[in-house]
Amino acid sequence: MKQVLENIENQFEMFQVLDEDGKVVNKDDLPDLSDDELKELMRRMVYTRILDQRSIALNRQGRLGFYAPTAGQEASQLGSQFALEQDDFILPGYRDVPQLIWQGLPLYQAFLFSKGHFHGNQFPDEVRALSPQIIIGAQYVQTAGVALGLKKRGKKNVAITYTGDGGTSQGDFYEGINNAGAFKAPAIFVVQNNRFAISVPVEKQTNAKTLAQKAVAAGIEGIQVDGMDVLAVYAATKFARERAVAGEGPTLIETLTYRFGPHTMSGDDPTRYRTEDMDKEWEKKDPLVRFRKYLEGKKLWTEEDENKVIEEAKEDIKKAIKQAEQQPKQKVTDLINHMYEELPTHLQEQKEIYEAKESK
Amino acid sequence: MAQMTMIQAITDAMRVELKNDENVLVFGEDVGQNGGVFRATEGLQDEFGEDRVFDTPLAESGIGGLAIGLAMEGFRPVPEIQFFGFVFEVMDSISGQMARLRYRSGGHYNAPITVRAPFGGGVHTPELHADSLEGLIAQQPGVKVVIPSTPYEAKGLLISAIRDNDPVVFLEHMKLYRSFRGEVPEDAYTVEIGKADVKREGSDVTLLAYGAMVHSSLKAAEELEKDGISAEVIDLRTVSPVDYETILESVKKTNRVVFVQEAQRQAGIAGQVISEVQERAILHLEAPILRVTAPDTVYAFSDAEEVWLPDHKDIIERVNEVINF
Repeated sequence: MKQVLENIENQFEMFQVLDEDGKVVNKDDLPDLSDDELKELMRRMVYTRILDQRSIALNRQGRLGFYAPTAGQEASQLGSQFALEQDDFILPGYRDVPQLIWQGLPLYQAFLFSKGHFHGNQFPDEVRALSPQIIIGAQYVQTAGVALGLKKRGKKNVAITYTGDGGTSQGDFYEGINNAGAFKAPAIFVVQNNRFAISVPVEKQTNAKTLAQKAVAAGIEGIQVDGMDVLAVYAATKFARERAVAGEGPTLIETLTYRFGPHTMSGDDPTRYRTEDMDKEWEKKDPLVRFRKYLEGKKLWTEEDENKVIEEAKEDIKKAIKQAEQQPKQKVTDLINHMYEELPTHLQEQKEIYEAKESK
Repeated sequence: MAQMTMIQAITDAMRVELKNDENVLVFGEDVGQNGGVFRATEGLQDEFGEDRVFDTPLAESGIGGLAIGLAMEGFRPVPEIQFFGFVFEVMDSISGQMARLRYRSGGHYNAPITVRAPFGGGVHTPELHADSLEGLIAQQPGVKVVIPSTPYEAKGLLISAIRDNDPVVFLEHMKLYRSFRGEVPEDAYTVEIGKADVKREGSDVTLLAYGAMVHSSLKAAEELEKDGISAEVIDLRTVSPVDYETILESVKKTNRVVFVQEAQRQAGIAGQVISEVQERAILHLEAPILRVTAPDTVYAFSDAEEVWLPDHKDIIERVNEVINF
């Protein structure tokens, strides 16, 4: 029995393609991406890092509202999104705005979401996604539903969702992966294990050695991936996507990552629960540094390329924040209009009251 | 006496009760080393150890279940739900389970649990963080719902809640956490649950409120005074069960009532209280009882929050309506 128990514990090894120096450690699993695709992936990572820095600054200036920093998680977020098709469906958590942007959400709308304006959630039709979920785990149960719907319609698409390490403690997490498994629905469940659920370390979150192993109980595929290695995350997601559309069921992907910044910009202080040493250790694993080294080795990326992206990002952000700020302030009457398809009488009456109030 | 903010008074209440009763346990998401996202449990883990003050995994339903289970072992759990908008995740534990424990066991078991949570609007949170969901809990018999509006009452009511042998949902308005200080005794003291408080005496109209709206009502009363209207302001403090005695005494004096609640108009505490008042005191009323509430939409996106939330001007408008009826 002892041997059997040990086998279960040792089942989950971390999947990696590039090491911290950008060297290929796993040739067999090197994804089949063209040079242009590799460069595009790097461009997106650099762009997203700049977007994060600017968003933090804009939040501090009071020009943005709710914001959950993304630096450190680019490989997990963008590597997985890069493996998707345009008609795949995304159910993000509140930190997963970059995936929506690269799926086609205009930047100014992402800013409006942050500012607490509903137009930020009025997605273009080609972005098949729900707006970022606030309730931890709720997106997991819904993902099983979207995936089942895709299967019933016979579409060759997947539903992909994201949560963090803390999210795997919620009942909704188990219900979501179990339902998707029971229906063999084309779902991809990503857990971005950034080590801390706000302040609580993953070691206090669960007694499980890995989060990927939670897939075992649901009878679905599970894999732990180096979440700072964009090629590994891409390869794992691509694998999960192919299985899903082939009717082989859902996959749980745990990405081992780290958020360099605070939980959100609403007063979180990471020095209360993380040490400087730990921060430094993870900064060495920076997904941008690693991928840049890999591309430089292939002569695909230069400082000039990098600067070009930085300028491009800054220019786009400047325009987008301006556009967001020009959006008319939403009114209570707008909120009332979006409550039901047809306004009940009492809301019609209330609308008139606020119309008078807001026209003053 | 010490000057404290409401959040300091809340921390102090927990400190006092952790000291007084070894069965008191404080737990929830980020309440340990981090001291809670609002710092309501700041320093408590250092003082009382991880055995008494601890982080839980991120699972609200799990937190509710832990509380019920720990109560079975004789503990007095004080779980925190990080934001009351997350109550839907723990709704079964509160309304389906702890509220019914005494009842379904014929008094054999009870649930001496105090569920603390921040709630209320006006601080530009993302969605599901600011909703006023007290009406939802108040509809469930078997659980008490307490909402303090000052630091003094926050400490006294929280101590009462922790000592109460039935479940109490203790809601802390986020806007009041640090907006002002008040005198708070350092020792343990209690403020009775289920007892309203006359915050300001008046003779022309009674303003009924709780939470942040007590302060908007007081502001309105001050302005009304300048127009020669004397408003009495009653702070419900407990929205379930409601202290009708204090309310009716005031109604019989002023004969006019405006209920002020931050929550939406439909269902809710105001509807319930007004219904009781008209049943018990219709002949004392000179005008219909009016309400100041938020409109019947989901809680506002933060960009529209300021207009959406009721304020003292809305109160003055309604008071003038009942006065001139």
